[in-house]
Formats: sequence, C-alpha cells, structure tokens
Amino acid sequence: MKILVPVKRVVDYNVRIRIKPDGSGVETDNVKMSMNPFDEIAIEEAVRQKEAGVATEIIAVSCGVEKSQDILRTAMAIGADRSILVRTEAGLQPLAVARILKKIVEKEQPDLVILGKQAIDDDANQTGQMLAAMLDWPQATSVSELAIENGKALVTREIDDGQETLSLQLPAVVTADLRLNEPRYVTLPNMMKARKKPVETTSPEELGVSVDSRLKTLKVTEPAARSEVQMVPDIATLVSRLKNEAKVI
Amino acid sequence: MSILVIAEHDNQSLKNSTFNTVSAALLCGQDIHLLVAGCQCKSVAEEASKVSGVSKVLMADAASLEHALPENMARQILAIAAAYTHILAPATSSGKAVMPRVAACLDVGQISEITRVISEDTFERPIYAGNAIATVQSEDTIKVLTVRTTAFPPAEKSDSAVPVENIAAVADSGKSSYVSSRTDKSSRPELSSAKIVVSGGQGVGSAENFRLIEQLADKLGAAVGASRAAVDAGYVPNDLQVGQTGKIVAPDLYIAVGISGAIQHVAGIKDSRTIVAINQDPDAPIFLAADYGIVGDLNELVPQLIAALD
Repeated sequence: MKILVPVKRVVDYNVRIRIKPDGSGVETDNVKMSMNPFDEIAIEEAVRQKEAGVATEIIAVSCGVEKSQDILRTAMAIGADRSILVRTEAGLQPLAVARILKKIVEKEQPDLVILGKQAIDDDANQTGQMLAAMLDWPQATSVSELAIENGKALVTREIDDGQETLSLQLPAVVTADLRLNEPRYVTLPNMMKARKKPVETTSPEELGVSVDSRLKTLKVTEPAARSEVQMVPDIATLVSRLKNEAKVI
Repeated sequence: MSILVIAEHDNQSLKNSTFNTVSAALLCGQDIHLLVAGCQCKSVAEEASKVSGVSKVLMADAASLEHALPENMARQILAIAAAYTHILAPATSSGKAVMPRVAACLDVGQISEITRVISEDTFERPIYAGNAIATVQSEDTIKVLTVRTTAFPPAEKSDSAVPVENIAAVADSGKSSYVSSRTDKSSRPELSSAKIVVSGGQGVGSAENFRLIEQLADKLGAAVGASRAAVDAGYVPNDLQVGQTGKIVAPDLYIAVGISGAIQHVAGIKDSRTIVAINQDPDAPIFLAADYGIVGDLNELVPQLIAALD
C-alpha cells in the first residue's frame, strides 16, 4: 500500500523566535528552518511500515515556498521514495493545506495519510482532521502506536486522561504524537541518495485549489512579561514568601 | 442567532472544561445552547441544564455517540450547525479531534485554543509555543473555536434548570470503532484544573525518587505533573506531561522540581500565577520563567519543604 506524508518547513524548534517590529508576524528571514518535529515522526513511521513489508511506496508532500524542497530532501533521506512540492508564496492556513492535500490524495490514491499532530509554528492541530473530513475518511489524532492489518489500522491515541485504542477502516488519516517513534538520524550517504530521488513540482493554481482565507491575523505581539525571578537562599525564606508575599499557600 | 457549546463529559457527568468553555461563549454573545452528545447521558443533560448562562440543552443519545468518535461527533454537530454563529468546544483531546472536522465540512477556518475574546469575531491565541500572541479576525459566517480552558473562569452552577430538548442522533459512520482505553486514575486533583501543581523533571532521577514529588504534592493538596524528559525516562505516565505537547496548566502555584525549563515546557505553565523553581543548576532557563527560585539538591530541598509545610 501507498502512504502519503505531508511535511512542513518551520522555524527550528531550538530557535528563540523574534517578533517583527511592525507586529505583522514572526521573523523568518535568516532564521534556521527545519522539518516540523512531528512530521519527522510521521515520515519515520511510514518508513518503518515499509520496512515491515506493509507499505510499498512513501510519498512526501510539502506546500510552501521553493525552499520547502530542503525538507522534502530530508524526508527522502529518511526513506520517502519520492516527493511533491506544491509551490506557493501565499501564507497557507490549515484549511487551504487540507484542500491541496485532498487533491493530491485524489491523484495518488494512498491508503493511509500520516501527518504530524501539529506544526510548532501555528500550533493549530487541524490539518489532519480537516483532510479526513474533506475525504470523508476516518481519523485518529495524537497516535502513539500504529498497526496495519486486514484493511484496518489499529491505533492507540494519547488522550487527556490516558490512552485509547481505535480501529479505523482504511483508507484513513492518522496524526503522529511524540511517542509514536524516535526518528532516525539522516546519514550523509542517504542524503546523497535523496538528491537523486524525484521531486515533482506543482502549484495550488495547477491543482485548481483556492488558498483564500477568511481568517486574518491582525497582529502578533509578545506575551506579557513576568517580573524577574527572586532567588531565595533557603526553604524557610521560600515558604515565608509564598505565604506572605504571593499568598498562594 | 445562537451560540453552540459542545459539552465534554464521560456519560456520567460534565467535565470541568465545559464550564470554562461556556464562559468563553458568553463573551461571544447570548443565547448559549449546550450540546450533550453521548450514550445514556441523561444525567449529564440534567447537570448541563443547570449551568448558569445556558439557555437550552440539546441531547443526542445513542450508542454511536458513546465514545465521542470524531466521525460521529462531527456529523452530530453538523446536523445542527447552520443555526449558530459560533460553535465552541474545549481544547481537550476530543475537542481538538472533532472541531477541525466540523470546520472543514462547513468550509470555514478553525481558530485553535483561544485565550481571549476581543469581540464576537476577533480572538487572541498563542502561537510558537506561547512565545507570541496572535490576534485573529474571522470573516467566516460560522466561527468554529476551541477554547484554552485555563484562560477562562468556570461558569457558575445555578439552581434553576433550562429545558432539555432531545434531538435525533446521527447514524454511526461505520468507519471507525472504539476498542479499549486505559486511564490513569488518581486520587489527586485533576492536573489541568488544580490550584497547585508540583512537577518533576529529569533531575528527579528515577521513578522511585518521583515519590518525593508526590509527597510534596499530597502535602499541598496539589496535582502532580512532569516534563517530557521525565515521561520519556519512564518515571511517570504520559498523561502527566505538562507543556506545548502535553497539558496546559495555569494554577495559582506551580512548583518545578528538577526541570530545566525548555521552551516547550514553559509554554504549558507560563500563565500560572506564581512559579517556583527548584534546581541545582543556577543557569537553568526555568529561573527565567519563575517568580521564586532556589538553587540546590532537590533530595535535600524537597524534604525540607515538606517538613516546613507541617
């Protein structure tokens, strides 16, 4: 079976972000960009399914600027067979990405789409669910275990008070949680091999998808700053401050 | 036009998150309807009818809704969605799973984890692990929102009950089924609504040593939390994880023990009223997020703190 894995290029998770002085967004010029960490887990899972003989082909897809090709190369170095870049300069929201992915799914006919549960830039946690809805496929979000058997996906989800196991009829959409796996390191020989793998380029226009949105970001601001930390020399002082100053115990 | 709130419950009683979500809904407008979709959930509907600010309860009761499978829940919401200007659910694991499905079927955007209602169409939400706050305006005809519950006070309970209307339950999608679940029951308060939270990190050192964190929590009547490192090291189960990818907490007092303070962890605690950090590394980033800090060995400081609380 075929697995499709959408991946997103985001500001690296170790970067301390800066807000643009005009409040229009977060500075992304000259900032280290990487594959969204949850998407790395999604790719790793697809590759493991292929290594287990369940999947036959893995296609990585990314929507965004030309530079998103870099993370498609990373996906192919991890083990994706080929990739698709949906090139656009437009700022995409989850609804638009889901519309694009729906077109790709209709064309490629995968049995399973594995996404990250959320991107660490917009923290939306929507795209997988929206795609599943548009395709009228079942979904499982925040998945920490995945087994494919007899045309079904047996998935364990991380939920607020523990874990839940569901059975999904394939085709299906699942989104990866942190605990699904530990992504492998990309080795230099695999990076070299990935350069030879094919990247097909298309655009929302070519796919006939509108990326318009009726959601507008009016401004982006710093969160309210906390007052500076007061270091205390011993537990007696700490308890006295918590009782008399902060009045929390 | 009215506002629809999706009640979260376990078929026995309402979850606290529902009360916070009703408060957020009341900032968007009047005439709040609560949807209780479940199986044998009459007691939940009765409780829902006594949430202050709610004008009507809609109950859909069927076996297909027992486990809140998103395929069925989304259909149930869509069956009545056209009558509403806003649809809100708490940003819990089930709210996050269902609401984007609803939004996509309505062809509208969804706004995740709102922390402030500025007007009926303008909201604040954190992005980049809480390191930036976005103000977002929606021109969609139906606003689909999930609510960060720690940002809104719970709605009151009232003595008088509003009407409960039975609505037809949708048919099972047949595309997914519930198999089993494992919950980590605890006698301590629920992490996301506790007044005091005591969390341990990798610095705690072992699962046995985590007993120290639990003893401190019990002394304070607090919930126990953990950093991702402590969960990955197997000291505690993952549903105790606090942070960007775990639970978001905003207690009166948060005590971080042996937690370095990665941005992903701080994202989950930064709205706490008072943060205390206990760490042996004076340069640990957790001290930048804390109100009070103490440098030293947690194996000495935590027992001292427990003794001082006597």
